[in-house]
Amino acid sequence: MNGDQGSGFRIHGASDGDLARSAPPAPAPLFDSSPEAKSPALEPERYELYEEPRYTFAIDRRDFFRVVGGGIVVCLVLRDTFAAQPPGRGRGRGFGGNAPQEIGAWLHIDEDGRVTVYTGKVELGQNIRTSLSQVVAEELRLPVSAVAVVMADTDRTPFDMGTFGSRTTPDMANRLRKVAAAARELLIDLAAEHAKADRASLAVADGKVTHPPSGRAFAFGELTRGKKLTSTVGTDAAVTPAAEWKVAGTSVPKVDGRAIVTGKHRYASDVKRPGMLYGKVVRPATLNATLDSVNLDEARKIPEVIAVRDGEFIGVAAPSAALAEQACAAVRAEWKPTPQPSGKDLFDDLKKSRGEAQGFEGRSNYNQGSIDDGLAAAEHKVEATYTVAYIAHAPLEPRAALAEWQDDRLTVWTGTQRPFGVRGELARALGVPEERVRVIVPDTGSGYGGKHSGEAAIEAARLARAAGKPVRVVWTRGEEFTWAYFRPAGVIDVTGGVGKDGTLTAWEFHNFNSGASAIRTPYDVPHQRIAFHAARSPLRQGSYRGLAATANHFARERHMDELAHAAGIDPLEFRLKNLKEPRLRAVLEAAADGFGWGKAEPAADQGFGIAGGTEKGSYVASCAAVTIDQASRRVRVARVVTAFECGAIVNPDHLKNQVEGAVVMGLGGALFEAIQFDDGKILNAAFSRYRVPRFSDTPVLETVLVDRKDLAPAGAGETPIVAVAPAVGNAIFHATGHRLRSLPMVPGVLPA
Amino acid sequence: MPNVTELRVNGSDARVNADAKRSLLSVLRDHLDLIGTKYGCGEGRCGACTVLIDGKAVRSCVTAVGDCDGKQITTIEGLEHDGKLHPLQEAFLDAGAMQCGYCSPGMIMAAVALLGRTPDPTPQDITRSMEGNICRCGTYARIVTAIQQAAARMNGGGR
Repeated sequence: MNGDQGSGFRIHGASDGDLARSAPPAPAPLFDSSPEAKSPALEPERYELYEEPRYTFAIDRRDFFRVVGGGIVVCLVLRDTFAAQPPGRGRGRGFGGNAPQEIGAWLHIDEDGRVTVYTGKVELGQNIRTSLSQVVAEELRLPVSAVAVVMADTDRTPFDMGTFGSRTTPDMANRLRKVAAAARELLIDLAAEHAKADRASLAVADGKVTHPPSGRAFAFGELTRGKKLTSTVGTDAAVTPAAEWKVAGTSVPKVDGRAIVTGKHRYASDVKRPGMLYGKVVRPATLNATLDSVNLDEARKIPEVIAVRDGEFIGVAAPSAALAEQACAAVRAEWKPTPQPSGKDLFDDLKKSRGEAQGFEGRSNYNQGSIDDGLAAAEHKVEATYTVAYIAHAPLEPRAALAEWQDDRLTVWTGTQRPFGVRGELARALGVPEERVRVIVPDTGSGYGGKHSGEAAIEAARLARAAGKPVRVVWTRGEEFTWAYFRPAGVIDVTGGVGKDGTLTAWEFHNFNSGASAIRTPYDVPHQRIAFHAARSPLRQGSYRGLAATANHFARERHMDELAHAAGIDPLEFRLKNLKEPRLRAVLEAAADGFGWGKAEPAADQGFGIAGGTEKGSYVASCAAVTIDQASRRVRVARVVTAFECGAIVNPDHLKNQVEGAVVMGLGGALFEAIQFDDGKILNAAFSRYRVPRFSDTPVLETVLVDRKDLAPAGAGETPIVAVAPAVGNAIFHATGHRLRSLPMVPGVLPA
Repeated sequence: MPNVTELRVNGSDARVNADAKRSLLSVLRDHLDLIGTKYGCGEGRCGACTVLIDGKAVRSCVTAVGDCDGKQITTIEGLEHDGKLHPLQEAFLDAGAMQCGYCSPGMIMAAVALLGRTPDPTPQDITRSMEGNICRCGTYARIVTAIQQAAARMNGGGR
C-alpha cells in the first residue's frame, strides 16, 4: 500500500512567524484587576500564542436544542464588547463580529433537571473543571456533583481564545456565575407560574424550588420538562457575592480525581478509535533543515504501512507502533542543513539582532521624568545585566492527537490549550473549511503555556487522510524537547539609583527578547525608562507559565536587593519604603511574617531572600531560605514561604496546590533548567540530560493565602512562579555574596 | 526469540502477540488497552510508566515484554478491588496529591512497591525511593503526605 505524494501541504503553526502572529493590542494599565468589563483590553503578549478566531457563535435556539434536547438554556451574551466593536472590523479577537450576538458561555438544564455548562476552556491540571463547577453549583444552590462541565469541544462549546493568561477565573468563572444565576431566576419564574405564587415567596435549594408557605416543592426537572426555553443574560447580571458563598470558596476535591487515581481517565494520548493506525513523523536531522530528497520505497514495502511525503512533511502510519517505527527507520531522507547559531553566542546574538524582529518594539515602553536627573540625584548607582536561558515546558504528557475523517469531516482529539486555534490551524493546513473540523480536548496532561500549537493534530490529520483510517500521533520525549517551542531566552539591562534617604531616584530597564510581561516596576520611582526590544530568536519560542514576568521579576527583584545592599537597608524595608501599592505591600508583609523575616539570624551556611511582584491581577511574595553545602558547593533551597493574593478565593486547597506547584516549577528555571543547543541540534533533549525538579529538590513549602472577598477573583496558575527565582537568588547573595544574574543560577555548583 | 503470547496481568492471564523485544509499556497500552500506565520519556527517567513485577516497581518503558514471562504484573488498573480503592489511591485523593494527574498512576505504583518493602517510611525514605518519578506540576510535597497517610492507614492507624 502506499500513501499519496502531494505537494503544497504546509505545517502551519510550525514557524516563528506564526508564533509571533498577533494583533498589537491597546496598552493596558499596570494594575488592572477588574474582571469581565476589561477583558477586551486583554493583552496577549508577543509570546502568548494567539490567533484570530474565524468563527463566532450566533444564538440560534434550534441549534442548542438539536444538540442538547429539551429543557432550558441560558446564554451569556457579551453585549458590551459587541457594542464596542465597530462594524466591518471583522471578527478580530473574539469579542465582536458580524454575528448578531456572541455567546460567552451557556448552561443547560435538561428535562430531568441535570445541569450542564459548556465552556471552551481546557483542564490541564489547574483544576478549573472543579472551580467552574463550584461557581455554578453556588448560584444554583446545588452540590458540585450535580453540575457537569463540558469543556473544549469546538462543536459543542462556545468560542474561546484559549486557556492561557490566567483568564479562566476572572473571565469564564465570572460568566458561568452569571448564566447560573440567571438560570436560577428563570427556574423561580417557572415555579412562580406553577404555584401561582409570588416570586419573593419562593426559595431555591438542593435542586428544587420550594414554596415554604404551602410546603410545595418543584424539582428542577419538573420545571424544565416539556420546555424549550432560551434565555439570554448580559455581562451585568447580578451574582452571589463572595462573602455569601457556601460551595464556592471551599476546598471541594478535584471532581474527576477518582478517574485519575484508577488510571481510567483517557488523555489525548490514550484515546483509541476502531481501526486506528499509529503514526510517526520523520524529522529533519537538524532544526531548520530543508528536505533535499526522500525515498519511501523501502518503507512502502512493509505490509500495511502508509508513507506520506507532502512538501516538507514525511510521515508513516501502520497498524502497530512497532511497524510504524520500522517504517520510519526505512525512510531514506536527505536534509539540507542551514547554518545554525550556537547557544554559546546566544546573549550577544539577541542584543545584536535587536530590532530585527517584527512588531511590539515600543508598545511596552514607558518613560517618566528624566533618567539623567534621577541618576544625578542618586547616592548609590547599580548597573547590571541579567540573562535568562531557553527552558522547556516538558509537560509529562507529550503532544498527542488522534485524527479521524468521516467523509469530508475531520475530528481530532488532542491536548492543546487552544482548541479553536488548533481548529483553525487544521483547516488551513488541510485545506478544509473550519465548519468541517471538530477539535475535542480531553483533560490534558499539563501544558504550562507549552501546548498552544497543533503540530501533532496536523500530523495525525494528514496521515489519517492518506490512510483513510483514524491515525494517532504521540510525540516522543525527544520530539517534545526538540520540535515544540521554548520559553524565550533574554537579556535584561538594569540601572538603578537610590538617594541618601533610601528612596529610589532612577530606574532604567531594557529587556531584549524575553518579553514584556510585568516589565513595569510596581515601585515608586520618579525617573524611569523601560523598554522591551524584540530580537531574532535562534530557537522557536512561545508562551510559558507567567511569560516574561519571571525574567522581568528576576532582574527587578535581584536588582532591588543589590540597591538595598548598596544603601545599607534591609531588603524588605527597602521595598516597603519605595512601594505604595497596598496589595503588593500586603503580600510582602504576609510572606515576611510567615517566614519570620528579621526575627532569626541565618546559620553560617544559610541565607534568606525575599522578592515580590504582581502580574495578571494577582500579587505574590516569596521568602526563601537556602543552605550551601560548603564541601560540595551545592545549593539547597530549604524553605519557601509564599504569600499570594488573587481576590476572592474560589477553592483554597486547589489554590494552595497551584502556588506550591508554581514554586516547585520555578525552582527548576531558577537553579538548573536550560536548553543547550548548537549547530541546529538540541543537546539535552531527554530527562536524563535536562534536569527538572524532583522530590529531593522540594523545599518545605508554606503558603499564606490572602483572601480578599471584596475583590473579584483573578487567575492563579501563573503569577505565583514569578517571585521564586529572585527570592532564591537573593538568599544565595545573602549567604555567599555571589551576585548570580543568570537563570539558571546554579546549573552545577557554586564557585568557592 | 519467539513472540510473547501470554502475560499474567492483574491476576489474570492475558493473550497477546508481541515481539519479545517490545517494551512492556507498549504491550500493556496497545495490546491490552491498559492505558493507566503512561509514556513519559522512554528511557526510564520519569516513572510515568511504573508497574509492579512480582511486587517490585519497574519502568515498563525500558522492560522488554520477553522478560516478563511467568511473572506477576500489576498495573494501576489492578489496585481497585470490587469498587474499593487501594489505600494509596484513597490517600492521593484525600491529600489532593495531583494536578493534571498524568504522573499519578506511576507515582501510586512506585509508592505501592515502597510500602511493600518499607511499611512505615520516613519522608527521607519516600524522597529516596520516589526520586525517579517526575511530577511536572510540582505536587511532590502532597505526594509525600499521601504516602505517609496511606502507610498510617495500612498499618492500622490513621484515618
